Amino acid sequence: MTTPIDRTGTPLVEMRDISIAFGGVKAVDRVSIDLYPGEVVGLLGHNGAGKSTLIKCLSGAYKQDSGDILINGEKVTINNPRDARAYNIETIYQTLALADNLDAASNLFLGRELVTPLGFVDEARMEAETRKIMGRLNPNFRKFAAPVKALSGGQRQSVAIARAVYFNARILIMDEPTAALGPQETRMVAELIQELKRQGLGIFLIEHDIHAVMNLCDRASVMKNGQLVGTVDVKDVTDDDILGMIILGKKPAKAA
Amino acid sequence: MAEATSGAGAPRKSIFDTLELDTRLLGMVGAFVVLCLVFNVVTDGRFLTPRNIFNLTIQTVSVAIMATGMVFVIVTRHIDLSVGSLLATCSAVMAMVQTVVLPQGLGVELGNPVIAPVAIVAGLIVGTAIGAFNGWLVGYLSIPAFIVTLGGLLVWRNVAWYLTNGQTIGPLDETFQLFGGTNGTLGETWSWIIGAIAAAAAVWAIWAGRRNKQSHEFPVKPLWAEALLSALIAGAILGFVAVLNAYQVPEARLQRIFEARGEVMPAGYTEGFGLPISVLLLILVAVVMTIVARKTRLGRYIFATGGNPDAAELSGVNTRLLTVKIFALMGFLCALSAVVAASRLTFHSNDIGTLDELRVIAAAVIGGTALAGGIGTIHGAILGALIMQSLQSGMAMVGVDAPFQNIVVGIVLVAAVLIDIIYRKRAGVR
Ligand SMILES: Nc1ncnc2c1ncn2[C@@H]1O[C@H](COP(=O)(O)OP(=O)(O)OP(=O)(O)O)[C@@H](O)[C@H]1O
Ligand SMILES: [Mg+2]
Repeated sequence: MTTPIDRTGTPLVEMRDISIAFGGVKAVDRVSIDLYPGEVVGLLGHNGAGKSTLIKCLSGAYKQDSGDILINGEKVTINNPRDARAYNIETIYQTLALADNLDAASNLFLGRELVTPLGFVDEARMEAETRKIMGRLNPNFRKFAAPVKALSGGQRQSVAIARAVYFNARILIMDEPTAALGPQETRMVAELIQELKRQGLGIFLIEHDIHAVMNLCDRASVMKNGQLVGTVDVKDVTDDDILGMIILGKKPAKAA
Repeated sequence: MAEATSGAGAPRKSIFDTLELDTRLLGMVGAFVVLCLVFNVVTDGRFLTPRNIFNLTIQTVSVAIMATGMVFVIVTRHIDLSVGSLLATCSAVMAMVQTVVLPQGLGVELGNPVIAPVAIVAGLIVGTAIGAFNGWLVGYLSIPAFIVTLGGLLVWRNVAWYLTNGQTIGPLDETFQLFGGTNGTLGETWSWIIGAIAAAAAVWAIWAGRRNKQSHEFPVKPLWAEALLSALIAGAILGFVAVLNAYQVPEARLQRIFEARGEVMPAGYTEGFGLPISVLLLILVAVVMTIVARKTRLGRYIFATGGNPDAAELSGVNTRLLTVKIFALMGFLCALSAVVAASRLTFHSNDIGTLDELRVIAAAVIGGTALAGGIGTIHGAILGALIMQSLQSGMAMVGVDAPFQNIVVGIVLVAAVLIDIIYRKRAGVR
């Protein structure tokens, strides 16, 4: 189904020994994961396992208490979302992170508005670009003038995805991108992930649906109570093996 | 914010839809017109005279200028209770610079033309700096704006007191007083010129917007709608100028002007006041603030942060620095209002700007700014200020007792917000 990933070179992203605590609660405890170009790595675990918190260190929403982040083998400091964007890291958050009172174009370009030569926001061009990319990602999308508050969960999701895709991400973080979607939209996201993968992006995909993980991901990292249970190649394991990792917090014997 | 048309071919309903006018704004304008007409009837036509309209506009300027800044503050889910006190401090600084620091400290003789600009710049710097400091406390130290500015309300009112030893300082510099309404008007000719330029600019903006939409093949309004809108706006601007020009300078005052020039006033000579400089200042502020709100990144970030602060932050907006900028802008506008308020009085008084924070917040809220954040317009806030001032002046003209005036204004504020809530529910999202 997927071509094997070349993991001999330097990884696109390496997160080493990341720890972060919220007032004594260790949300993430010495977790190391990595990601290669053209690879999709699934992040799994119970609610509250620390998946979102871990990737938020990469997207700049949180700053890890300890541990290093390497991009293309070089150690980087990511203090805020602006830093992350400078490394072409784009994130689709579980909470979507859209400004409800603004329309799709304003949200898509938030923080990176297109401007006229005089420095004023170029509303018309942003809307035109938004129509273009939405035409590609979600041709049924029509509500360009309405504030995103008026959109359905799936429509909001496509705005968030369009934002990540439009700005040529090299590293894409998707935190439960299909949680609010119907079956058709879910298939659309799956196709999009495969398309982006072919283009050589690295994708961290947080996902509860093990079936989807088996289909879309090259490797899966499982977390429990803030700790990494293990990372496995999905070709080497079954659904039940991964389920066992999530529930029991132990790596399956044969893949260990 | 963006009022672009939705998908092509959508069924058009009423004429308001075709004109794409904001129905909420229309409602406010309607309420204002009714208010004026009622007062005009009750006062036997004294309310809508050029003289009273002139006075209404110059009385509105100070609060309206600050209200435009308050829109940004409230849109980002903050509040500023210190604007009246900040105005007093800026006024005190400017009064002391022009009557003490420059003449006595630096030996600049009174009446020197540099006095007014230096005093104004000093006031603007102080206002901006204090505002930025407030913003830093709110943005970087995460103290709620309500608390920071409640403290500021007490602090800056009394800093102003210390700066002047609690004394009234005046008379202020003659050039400075040009910002005070009747002390500085443009006269009929210049008022017409400015009115014509403004009307032309407004019409140009409408047509430029249309061309821009067409160039991206977005649907546009029918031509007649666009033309009607242009005509309405141009007519309103020129009509306003005509009214201000119709307010005649009193004969005694004209005589004094001629005498000062060593000339004799020709018999039957009349002259209209025209556009007050302070009103021109307000119009400039309104235009600049509207452009900031709609056409700049700063404006985008203000509305995005108001709509969802976390989303704005995650999208790379530096919301802390943004808070500093917004409060600094508010401080700058307080200083600008201080120029207008002090020069209208012709002196700095200890109680200048007292209770202005409440008027300014009320103006913004009546004008449709939502305390929940993310929603508000500059023109709405100015209209809100105008409605409040009209209510107050109208009731004074009718002879309503002062306490009762305040009771009415209070009730109107609450009622306006209630109507707004009902309207928004009816209209669905917006
Ligand atoms: N800002 C915060 N302040 C305090 N505790 C937090 C914060 N964010 C997360 N936590 C805690 O950290 C732990 C991990 O949360 P996280 O959101 O990373 O879980 P998750 O694996 O993404 O779960 P889910 O599958 O439900 O999204 C939880 O115990 C959570 O309560
Ligand atoms: Mg999560």
